[in-house]
Amino acid sequence: MSRQQMTGAKMIVQALKDQGVDTVFGYPGGAVLPIYDEIFLQNDIRHYLVRHEQGAVHMAEGYARSTGKPGVVLVTSGPGATNAVTGLTDALMDSIPIVVLTGQVPTFMIGNDAFQEADTVGITRPCTKHNWLVKDTNDLSGVIHQAFHVAKHGRPGPVLVDIPKDVQFANGTYTAPEDAPTKHYQPKTKGDADRIEELVELIEAAERPIFYTGGGVINSGDAATAALREFVDGTGFPITSTLMGLGAYPANGKHWLGMLGMHGLYEANLAMHGCDLMINVGARFDDRITGRLQDFSPNSKKVHIDIDPSSINKVIHVDVPIIGDVSEVLAEALALWKARGSKTNAPKLSDWWHQINDWKKVNCLAYTQAEGAKTIKPQHALVRLEELTKDHPKRYITTEVGQHQMWAAQYLGFNEPNRWMTSGGLGTMGYGFPASIGVQVAHPDALVINVAGEASWLMNMQELGTVSQYRLPVKQFILNNERLGMVRQWQELLHGERYSHSWSESLPDFVKLAEAFGMKGIMVSDPADLDDALMEMINYDGPVVFDCLVEKHENCFPMIPSGEPHNSMLLGENVDTSTAIKEGGAVLV
Amino acid sequence: MSALKIKKGTSKHSAYDLRDPHAEGLERHTLTVVVDNEAGVLARVIGLFSGRGYNIESLTVAETDHEGHLSRITVVTIGTPSVIEQIKAQLGRIVPVHEVHDLTVEGPSVERELALFKVEGEGNDRIEALRLAEIFRANVVDSTLASFVFEMTGTSEKIDAFADLMRPIGLVEMARTGVAALSRGA
Repeated sequence: MSRQQMTGAKMIVQALKDQGVDTVFGYPGGAVLPIYDEIFLQNDIRHYLVRHEQGAVHMAEGYARSTGKPGVVLVTSGPGATNAVTGLTDALMDSIPIVVLTGQVPTFMIGNDAFQEADTVGITRPCTKHNWLVKDTNDLSGVIHQAFHVAKHGRPGPVLVDIPKDVQFANGTYTAPEDAPTKHYQPKTKGDADRIEELVELIEAAERPIFYTGGGVINSGDAATAALREFVDGTGFPITSTLMGLGAYPANGKHWLGMLGMHGLYEANLAMHGCDLMINVGARFDDRITGRLQDFSPNSKKVHIDIDPSSINKVIHVDVPIIGDVSEVLAEALALWKARGSKTNAPKLSDWWHQINDWKKVNCLAYTQAEGAKTIKPQHALVRLEELTKDHPKRYITTEVGQHQMWAAQYLGFNEPNRWMTSGGLGTMGYGFPASIGVQVAHPDALVINVAGEASWLMNMQELGTVSQYRLPVKQFILNNERLGMVRQWQELLHGERYSHSWSESLPDFVKLAEAFGMKGIMVSDPADLDDALMEMINYDGPVVFDCLVEKHENCFPMIPSGEPHNSMLLGENVDTSTAIKEGGAVLV
Repeated sequence: MSALKIKKGTSKHSAYDLRDPHAEGLERHTLTVVVDNEAGVLARVIGLFSGRGYNIESLTVAETDHEGHLSRITVVTIGTPSVIEQIKAQLGRIVPVHEVHDLTVEGPSVERELALFKVEGEGNDRIEALRLAEIFRANVVDSTLASFVFEMTGTSEKIDAFADLMRPIGLVEMARTGVAALSRGA
């Protein structure tokens, strides 16, 4: 079996099968015709025809993020490959494992400016974890296995294999996954024992500790989530998370403070600012998290658990770096902490919780949906969505990018990992719709909702075609303020209310648009109709485009203006801070 | 309005100038990077430097292990200590990179460059050029009635010094290889 002769195209399909791939998102073209021929001749791998290659990559991201398995994309040379670049960069920034196969012009035409030729490995070199141009069919299957290995191991990320058309036609020897050259790339996963002991000592003594977790916990898998939950509940330490890490610790958990960062919760940010021990688990001190660096958590010892050595000390100097896989490091630290008697500084910890509970009383997410008002507040729309869907056993949420994304992170609760798909690092408008398709493909009977803004959603609305072709029952929940809401908010707060090009002059009728693709469209503008309309969307057995007209000039609070420290947060008009800053607390903040 | 609220439209905020680039002093480090000798590997290394805004002072690359298809890249870079640490970590992340060594901190090392100098002149200038070449132990590798090409190896400083002396005599062209370096001892 392992020494079998076959064409390159057949080899690709065989390699995908051997990697356990059952789903491919793609778009055919001249340079991948031999591969599409092989796909036609088999039934093990299901191919989803997208409407734009960027959509294919976001679908693969949604698939990967919701399953933990790599997503696979197949596109043609030239424009097929260049259209995939945004998705690749998005996956690189958020560490999502995807494997993109691109066709290329025949090897003898490379460099001749052939039709649909692009220097794909050159263009994608900085936006992939690694990429390959395969010039010999005998190398092809080995490279594909290696590509999966690199995408999944260490810090996950996107990889790309560029395959010239003559390599697809030629015959070669197939290499089985176990014979593929993967030995050289073996990132370290086990943390240094001395460092782990230092962490445990700090945990035992800390007076104002906090867990600060990120997407690395989700990427590390279920064992990491389980270890984190046991650690947090065992120590009784408060926990906050980045946008990418939501769901690792349950939002209904007793120690949960909510998301931190630029639009994070008041209590989470002040706890980060005032802590004396920060345990960073799989997060990367992003600038949306830290605010002004000199004032970032000035009095804390910082521990950083990360599988990527380049994340350590990149932005913030840490006292105890632990390089390793989150699940392995947490399991070892937890075992050691328990072996030493499960100690914490309980009296001080209790004072710390009193302080945090005072901050919580500020109720930083307060907003007013006035009784009898005729306009829906976007926060209210999300609160109602949460109320009506939170008990659904298989609810998955994707988002686009902007105000709605931050509100979704604030008002929706995630009690399980892999249920929340959003573009964090790159902030790609147009991510959510195709991502929701990828999630639905992976989980056919799940309730998949894309919380969107109308501007982001329009960026990849061509995927309506994909939804209707495969009858995927995704729900597009569009908070329509006829504005680029986040841009408008910054213009209001920081650019003298000059709303330069931040509104949409001609929006489509979203109901008719849905109907044009054979889908259900719902429009709601009156708060009194909201719940019924939401139930109609949730219960409808098929795809829905939900046009929810909301307050046009609503701002997203809390907000740490870029370049400010955590303790100079802007709060909404309805928030009362009088209870928050007491004499004792003022010292901490 | 909360006590923490800033006035609307008055503040200039950007996260992009949060770091003070002059907070730490600059250091010069010589790094050795052992890589698979495959197509595009040099572009990955150079792309990392340009993409992340690091400096390359000098770069030398050639295959040094023909059986293992390994190349050795010697790169001299300048940056703050934290940037140098980042460069090493980022280099280590590149999949075909096997090893990264910082010769500047890993103990004593030797650094050499090879340079070729074309010097044009007549009469006394030719005699002076040959005399200086002897002092610097440079070899004549090409000669015409009106020019010499000298070859010299040495540290970058020695090559700079020789070039400075030759310039008034008639140095017209110069080529240098960049630094090759090895750690001292076994």
